[in-house]
Formats: sequence, structure tokens, C-alpha cells
Amino acid sequence: MLKVENLSYKVNENGKDIKILEDISFDVADGELLVVTGPNGGGKSTIAKVLMGINEATGGKVYLNDTDISNLSIDERAKAGIGFAFQQPPRFKGMTVRRFLALAAGEKLKENVCCDLLSSVGLCAKEYINREIDATLSGGEMKRIEIASVMAKSHILSIFDEPEAGIDLWSFSMLVKQFEKMHEEKKGSIIIISHQERIIKMADRIMVIRDGKVAGIGSQEEMFPKLFSDERMSFDCPAGKGDA
Amino acid sequence: MENLNETTAHVVEVVSDMKDIPVGAVNIRENGVSAFHKDSDHVKIVKKTDKPGIDIYVDAESKNEIVHIPVVVSKPGLEDKVYNDFYIADGASCYIVAGCGLHNDSEHITRHDGIHTFHIGKNAKVSYIEKHYGEGTGTGAKILNPVTNVYLGEGSNLTMDMIQIEGVDSTVRDTFVEMEADSKMTVTEKLMTHDNQKAESNMEIKLKGDGATARIISRSVAKDKSLQIFHPKAIGDAKCHAHVQCDSIIMGDAVVSSIPEITASNVDAQLIHEAAIGRINNDQLIKLRTFGMNEEEAEAVIIENFLK
Repeated sequence: MLKVENLSYKVNENGKDIKILEDISFDVADGELLVVTGPNGGGKSTIAKVLMGINEATGGKVYLNDTDISNLSIDERAKAGIGFAFQQPPRFKGMTVRRFLALAAGEKLKENVCCDLLSSVGLCAKEYINREIDATLSGGEMKRIEIASVMAKSHILSIFDEPEAGIDLWSFSMLVKQFEKMHEEKKGSIIIISHQERIIKMADRIMVIRDGKVAGIGSQEEMFPKLFSDERMSFDCPAGKGDA
Repeated sequence: MENLNETTAHVVEVVSDMKDIPVGAVNIRENGVSAFHKDSDHVKIVKKTDKPGIDIYVDAESKNEIVHIPVVVSKPGLEDKVYNDFYIADGASCYIVAGCGLHNDSEHITRHDGIHTFHIGKNAKVSYIEKHYGEGTGTGAKILNPVTNVYLGEGSNLTMDMIQIEGVDSTVRDTFVEMEADSKMTVTEKLMTHDNQKAESNMEIKLKGDGATARIISRSVAKDKSLQIFHPKAIGDAKCHAHVQCDSIIMGDAVVSSIPEITASNVDAQLIHEAAIGRINNDQLIKLRTFGMNEEEAEAVIIENFLK
């Protein structure tokens, strides 16, 4: 399981410290699906990046299966069992989709395994397997391949940062089914950063992040009704703040 | 291959993927002389009488017949120059592998200048791959200066992959192409330089006939203090289409100049060029690190795929 204690992250701009995350504490049980939601600019994606080690926490501790991983690098955290799907995945000139998925899996993948992975995220596998991950792919296609890359391997914790962004409705339905399947199989814990109602409704628990702090955390039944009625958890974003 | 010494056999394998004598026509040039030669049903290789080199005749009956013509220079101080002319008959198709490798354990320069001229007939189809490679423990420079001349007949099709794997200290590559109506060509140039190596590639593609289509792709990685200069030039003299794309990854203290040029003398010519030079994208490194690779491993994977 994942345990996060008093996590904080700040950046220095023009000699002034700006707090992005402040005193964040939560846990995710084995097989649990936690959806992290909240207004834009609240710090949701930053939490995901700090958990993966992409952004270095300025305070607090992160434990994965009771091991302190707070000081581990990105690759060490990956080896410890964390998978991560980016909100805006990078492109790789010259690298085929098949090679990319094999690198994600850490082993050579048979064609049918690649095809199954791509099909599970709504891509017609045969058309994509030998294509390069370059500018010829649309943002939605890139996003689905990114999600497939996390699914290519079993993780203790899989983190998906806004998986729905840029994906059409039909593919989104397939994606939701895939998340449901992953969750039912309880092969690992899942954190999804999302604003989407269908994804939020899949959660075992929901955590709302606002202004870099935990505005609320609880079961789906408890939290969902509050999301649009409780002012503290409101999605209304203070003017002038962008995504964090 | 048993007739070749260990060094030559190794270099031949690197530049042409030959572990044994393959099917098809073969000519292995070792230190300025032919070390092995065989023809195939529809490909005849004839030694030139007026200057060093060979003439390769591919007749009209050839359907995807394979030609291997690797060159190895391993003799210290040898500066080898060879003229290879290819005559591809109308309607023929063939696959040509023409690698060149230098092995230098001495303080002397080892050099090979391959001057290749292609006469590609109407509606013929040619795939050509050329790999360049250098190795050895000596301080002597390993130099490769290839010249490639191509005359593409009406409706013909050429795919040309030119790859510099590693270990070549200095190269100046000159490529000249003339394309008749409805001919098609894709040239992919991939190059890696490191240490103090220098590489220059000049390419001039003349699209003379209506319907001619050329695609020039250059991908390179420059490391350490190496220097690269690219100057691909497409000239549209007809209703034609050309796309020039140069991408370079720059590392360390390397210098890369990319100078694509397009010139049109016909209002219906469509010529496009793109050029980009930049370091390895940090997001790419991070993504691969989330797969469990350290930074060096991630960097190697990005370069390997970029040049694949």
C-alpha cells in the first residue's frame, strides 16, 4: 500500500517560496482505486509527479509497502513498483509503438500481447503496432498509447494523470471499462487524477485537492454528493490560476 | 567467408550483415582488390579495365535480386578509391547492400572514396543500403568520402538508406540526383559522430520531370566535440514534389549546421523543408525513466531509436 505523510512541495520564483503542495497526507490500500479531483491549478498533477519522483518533495514522506521511497529517483521508484501515465506524453521519433510498449513492459512482447494492449485502450492494433510515436499520431492516440504503456506491466501502484483528456467519447467508454477491469482484478492500487464523473464514480475513495491542500477525502458515497455542494470542494477556480 | 581473415569477416558482417556468402550477386573488395566475386542469374558484376572498380548490370528479368558489394580497408596507410557503376534495366527490381568498413590499428590514415553512379531505367525499382563504419586501436584517421550519382528514369523508384554507424573520423558525402517524370525517391541519411569527428553531407536533387517525388530525411546525433554539416538541396524544375527534413540531436560540445535549401523554377513545384536541432527532450528521458531506466540507459535508447 501507499502511505503519504505531510507531503509538501514548493518552488522558488524570484527569491520567493511559493507553496504548491502543503501538508498532504493520505494512503491508498492494496487494490484500492483513489480518484484525486479538484479545481484546476489546485496541485493534483503535482501530487502525481511528486509520488513518481519527477518533482522532488520539499517535505514529508512517501512509503510504498512500508518502505520509505521518499529519496528514491524516478527509475528507482519505477523498479519499486510505480507506473505513471503522463497527462501530456512525449513523442519519440524513430521508436515504434511496439518497441515503446516492450520498453514499458521490460521485456519483448509478442505481437498478440501488443495488440491486446492497444485494443484495450481503443486503438485498432494492427494499424498502430509498427507506427512511430511521432507527430503523425494525434494527441488522443498518444494518450491511449501512454495508458497502454502503464498497463503493459503489473505495478504495485499505477498513477494516471487525467487519462480522459483528449480522448473521444467512444474510446473514453473503453478506457473506463479497462480501469474497471484493472480495479476488479485488484492487481495493484490505482490513483487517477480526473475531473470526469464516470471515473470519479468508479473510485473507492475520492480525495479533493484545492489550493495545494487536501480539501476532503472519503469514500465515494460520502464524497461524491459533496463535490458540487460543499464550497470547500467546489471546482470553481480562483481567477488567474492555471494548472499546477 | 572462410577465405577472409578475421578482421575482414567481422567488418563485412557489421557493414552488410553477411555472416556467410549470401544468395545473389556478391563482390567483396578487400584492401583495393576483389577478395570474392559471384554473379547471379540476372546480375552480372564486371571488373573495370580503365580504373579501379566494377560495373554491375541488373537485367530486366531481375525481380528483387540481391547484390552485396561490401568494401573493407584494413591495410595501414591505404587510401583506396573505387568507381562502381550500376546499370539497372527498365522494369528490373533489385536490392543492393553496399557497406564500407575501415579497420585501422596504425598511426597512418586509412581512407576509402567510393564513387557510385546509378543508371536506373524506366519503371525500375531499387532499394539501396550503405553502412559506413570505422574501428581499430590506431591513432591514424579513418576517412570515408563517398560520392553518389543517381539518374532516375521515368516511373522508377529508389529507396536509399545511408547510415554512418560509428568510428569514422572524417567524412564528406556528396550526392547528386536527377529525376525524370513520375520517378520517386526516398533518401534516409542517419549519422552518428563523437569525439572530434567531422561529417559533411551535401545533397542535390534535381526534379526534372512532372510527377517526380523526392523525400529526403536526415537524422543525426552529434556527441562530444564533433562537427556535422548538412546541406540538402532540392531543385524543382517541373510539376513535382519534394520534402526535405533534417533532425539532429546535439550533445556535449558538438556543433551541427543544418542548411536545407529549396529552389523552384516551375510554378507547380511543391517544395518543403524542415530542419530542427536540439538536445534530447527532457520529457522523453523522464518517460523512459518511469519504465525503470536510469538516465544513461534512457539516453541510449532514445539515440538508438532515433537513428534506427
